[in-house]
Amino acid sequence: MRHFDKEIDELKEKLLRMSGIVEHAISESIAALQERDTARAERVIESDADVDRMELELDAETLRLIATMQPAAGDLRFVTTAMKITPELERIADLAVDVCERAIELNREPSLKPLNPRLAQMAQEMVRQAIDAFVRRDPVLAREVIERDDEVDLLTEQSFRELLTYMLEDSRNISRAIRLTFVGKYFERMADSATNICEMVVYLAEGKVIKHHHEPDER
Amino acid sequence: MNTNAKISVRDFNFFYGESKVLHGIDIDIPEKEVTAFIGPSGCGKSTFLRSINRMNDIIPGARVEGRLTIDGQDLYAPNVDVVSLRRRVGMVFQKSNPFPKSIYENIAYGLRIGGLRDRKKIDEIVERSLHRAALWGEVKDRLNASALALSGGQQQRLCIARALAVDPDVLLMDEPASALDPIATQKIEELVYELKTNYTIVIVTHNMQQAARVSDRTAFFMLGKLVEYRDTRTLFTTPAEKLTEDYITGRFG
Repeated sequence: MRHFDKEIDELKEKLLRMSGIVEHAISESIAALQERDTARAERVIESDADVDRMELELDAETLRLIATMQPAAGDLRFVTTAMKITPELERIADLAVDVCERAIELNREPSLKPLNPRLAQMAQEMVRQAIDAFVRRDPVLAREVIERDDEVDLLTEQSFRELLTYMLEDSRNISRAIRLTFVGKYFERMADSATNICEMVVYLAEGKVIKHHHEPDER
Repeated sequence: MNTNAKISVRDFNFFYGESKVLHGIDIDIPEKEVTAFIGPSGCGKSTFLRSINRMNDIIPGARVEGRLTIDGQDLYAPNVDVVSLRRRVGMVFQKSNPFPKSIYENIAYGLRIGGLRDRKKIDEIVERSLHRAALWGEVKDRLNASALALSGGQQQRLCIARALAVDPDVLLMDEPASALDPIATQKIEELVYELKTNYTIVIVTHNMQQAARVSDRTAFFMLGKLVEYRDTRTLFTTPAEKLTEDYITGRFG
């Protein structure tokens, strides 16, 4: 085993730890919404500092590997992919914080309607699988996750239409319905980030660029 | 066949006596680009480089099969004048090998051997060659000093100037910077960038980063075979062959 493989394993481990914190933030944000638990929401907001710190650590680590090891080919794709995944994870954690902020606001008023957890759970699942796909360099799993993004978009649209009926019914519902629309959008964006990560995984594993529906050159 | 190929090679085999060291090499080397040959020691890359100006002819028992052409002309055809071939295809070696003469004479010598007698013309070519090899500024005030008094990096650039003096089209470089410090190495690399506007350059290097930096295309050799040959950018980011990947990421023991 090369020394570099050890470095790569350590990098993977750090990324896994960061994504563990991010996944936990997502599930806690869902629970805070469902159970109208303000204290829980506040804890998620506080834990965001851990994610920010890990992002800085991973930035430093990937830069160091490029400077000192001069990785090539698969190694290079791994390190640069790690470098691009880190900010996506940080963004997902920020979205979980946004969910919690809306949850706290919603808790100040009576419940408008119970949360349909499907969208939130799907986003959470996609993030987890995206990271799995990265760690295992699994393009098949990555492509599966990408496919599911359309379903998330559909669910977001459905939830928006449903909330619209609440707003039309009674103008006193509007502020809560808008906050819930935001929440839907936050989960949709998490799924978008998971999709971005998966596109990077396909490049990592196969050397093919698929983002922006790019057709890979014939090689 | 590639239309802008300067050097075109088809099913090229090379033997040292009974042992076959190059197996069916097919490659088109484009004009006025830098092509790097990489591969582990003993992979045949230097043997192949030397085949391009028939440097291996003098090795007893050496024998070639297949076709190697420059500008469509078969290098191993019976009527080829090897001396004039080597004038068209210059070579720079790992260890700089200036003649134990003055800086000026190192360059003028080959010109005189080639029959040039006009002193003014020789002066001109000496200056132009030293300019092209990015050495003129450093030696113009001491052209009559011994070449052996130059630093290793300067000696190597003098050898490049000497190769350029006879106006070749192709420049073969066999690990030209492997014995030099990083600053001298960088000067050689800068020189390679500049020279490719006028010359077709083939460079053998053990330094993968150097191949990645200076070349437009890279050929990876292993056990006498050409494993992969493509544009350098792709080869170093997404090689098609597992063997290439393993080699450039240091997975070979």
